Amino acid sequence: MTDVLIIGSGGAGLTAALKAKELGASVIIAGKTYPTHSQTSMAQGGINASLANVESDSVEAHIADTIKSAQGLCDEAMVRTMCTQAPQTIAWLERLGVPFSRLDNGGVGTQTIAQRQMGGASAKRACYAQDYTGLKILHTLYDTCLKEEIEFLDEHYLLNLIVEEAAVKGATFLDIRTGEVKQIDAKSVIIATGGYGSLYHGYTTNAYGASGDGIAAVLRAGGAVSDMEFIQFHPTALKHSGILISESARGEGGYLVNSQGERFVDELKPRDVVARAIFKEFQKGLEVFLDLRHLGEAKLLELLPQEIALCKLHERIDPACELIPIKPVAHYCMGGIEVDNQLRVSALRGCYAVGECANAKIHGANRLGGNSLLEITTFGAIAAQNAVHYAAQHQVKEADEAQLTQDRHTLETLFNQEHDINFYEHREALGKLLYENVGIIRDNVQLTEAMQAVSIMQSQTIQMGLADKNPTNNTHLIDFLEFKNAMMLAALIIKAALQRDESRGAHFKIGFESANDAMFKHSITLSKETEV
Amino acid sequence: MRLSIFRSQEQSDADYTLPDQEMTLLDALVYIKSNIDATLTFSAGCRASVCGTCAVRVNGKEVLACAYKVKDDDRVEPLQYHPVLRDLKVDKHPAQQTLKRSTAWLHDYHETSLSHQDEKQSETQTDCILCDACYSACPVYALKPDFLGPFALTRAYRYSIDKRETGVKNIIDTVQTNGIWDCILCGECTAVCPKGIDPKMDIMMLRSSSVQHGYTDPSFATQSFGTPDFGSGFGF
Repeated sequence: MTDVLIIGSGGAGLTAALKAKELGASVIIAGKTYPTHSQTSMAQGGINASLANVESDSVEAHIADTIKSAQGLCDEAMVRTMCTQAPQTIAWLERLGVPFSRLDNGGVGTQTIAQRQMGGASAKRACYAQDYTGLKILHTLYDTCLKEEIEFLDEHYLLNLIVEEAAVKGATFLDIRTGEVKQIDAKSVIIATGGYGSLYHGYTTNAYGASGDGIAAVLRAGGAVSDMEFIQFHPTALKHSGILISESARGEGGYLVNSQGERFVDELKPRDVVARAIFKEFQKGLEVFLDLRHLGEAKLLELLPQEIALCKLHERIDPACELIPIKPVAHYCMGGIEVDNQLRVSALRGCYAVGECANAKIHGANRLGGNSLLEITTFGAIAAQNAVHYAAQHQVKEADEAQLTQDRHTLETLFNQEHDINFYEHREALGKLLYENVGIIRDNVQLTEAMQAVSIMQSQTIQMGLADKNPTNNTHLIDFLEFKNAMMLAALIIKAALQRDESRGAHFKIGFESANDAMFKHSITLSKETEV
Repeated sequence: MRLSIFRSQEQSDADYTLPDQEMTLLDALVYIKSNIDATLTFSAGCRASVCGTCAVRVNGKEVLACAYKVKDDDRVEPLQYHPVLRDLKVDKHPAQQTLKRSTAWLHDYHETSLSHQDEKQSETQTDCILCDACYSACPVYALKPDFLGPFALTRAYRYSIDKRETGVKNIIDTVQTNGIWDCILCGECTAVCPKGIDPKMDIMMLRSSSVQHGYTDPSFATQSFGTPDFGSGFGF
């Protein structure tokens, strides 16, 4: 039995693994893909830490900006922990060899790390590696995991947590290659499975796999979720493909203009404000563009090489001389698994959650750019410390095979189920429904409609069997299991959005256009009992 | 538009008809799986050329499916030298083992002063997304499955020139066997890299660094002893 089982091999999972190993624990990381293929690779702009390498800055200012952006919903102690530890986190990444962009100031260590402006920040605080910050952190973490001989179980899809007497004792997985259902016993479990942005299929910057599998597993096991309604819409995704153009494009001086050539918003406001401003231009029948032309080709290629290539490929646009057509799309989930200040999952002893899948009460109603990479690397280590401590303190008897048997049976049944309905059509429909009815600007009529549509969809699940009956390497099966999780979480997003009759951060509701602190200055927490 | 895709069960190609519109290969694969044949198996992730999941071969050349626009009569196959798990989905473990064997990580950190120029030294190398395109394109694997290969050697080079690294010799020592001297400098890896990385150049730089550390080209050493090795041309 391993001391710590980490589920999810992105930045949060790899950080947790390195820390747990350093503390002497035995560790296994199980992930549904390969570690470097995770969503962390897509984080572009930077990672915040008040190093003050470029201009005056302080931990207090970082805390204040984060709290302000969260609009009343964060846990200030958690924000303080993260922002205070940020410089140490950067120092740790520096020691691992992360190839940050550099300044010519003759300093040593982290003093030379370049920092840039991001929206909602009172200083140039985001440490970066061109516009590949997440990629380069992720790969350096992975290299270090190889060095430290961390054990990986790739292509293992999480089915369920194993829970006995409210304590987690491991998890069951589908080995995607062999089709075998496996049980992995563990003294403690860290869930680091990422967010659920891909529910907005076709209207998201997220990878296909961001389907909230870990969140759904926690709900099934009796845990809870909170702040599910707070979905961040990134202002600048490419209009036709939804591919992300980093906020750093505006941080470096890019403008937003409408089709009449007018600027209409302060581009460096937090993402919720900018996304709504763009949406209002759409409602006027105007298009919106990101204008980088005045920055010049040399600067663009230096600072935003990835963006330039993506614009050329997907929009056939050269940002050095043309406007980039954009639209806001789903980008980040502020909410997720309800955890306490030790990152313990509510109601499940020995279970921790970290990263986008968890609601550590950092981002509240709106996340600041540069705080998500910071969260995964800072809290990844804290989750590991707590999980290792738990594993050392508790005698854990191996679980029986009840969950394993049940999951094997469920899959067998699924393979025998009729497939009258092609679930891919519903996956597409769900994405469109969520974007249109549970999007940037919401109202209760549309939310109610969406809830009804999701309920109907869920009731039809029984007719959505598998068109591919091959037990091995069945990615169709994985798509379906992800979609089932997506439907479950969609209902919870809508339920929370319906309850929140106010506007706060990323949740904006017509008829309730301002914040109502008396009624709603708290997270809405939902569990299986409250599930529709 | 017609697309021909390798199907592993039949061990032959299947033809699919797509709508006549501009689309990436990844969009085409998703379209086929969603609308025509759910059993078509491939790997995909970010859609934005950064997760490294979706590399395949089109008309014999490695591409990222998400970054390639399909053309009529394109022929799609899985990566070479990777065990095919199903259709276009391959086992990347053997290839990724090369990272471990080449000890491509920071061995011993020491604090130092880095500049913008230092950042530039390894900027391109650290753009690597581990898509395995270079590995698939490398002809050395046809003869030598134990070759460390382009992406692992690029990564080893990247750490070897990091000014924070005091264990450079460890890296140089590791890449001698089945490593830098087995490369035939054909440049196929460089030609297919979706991130514009030049592993061939990185391998040449590692050779130069190896010579500074007292190593010599083993095939050259053999030649200088007069053995009739000129004919092989590859120095294996």
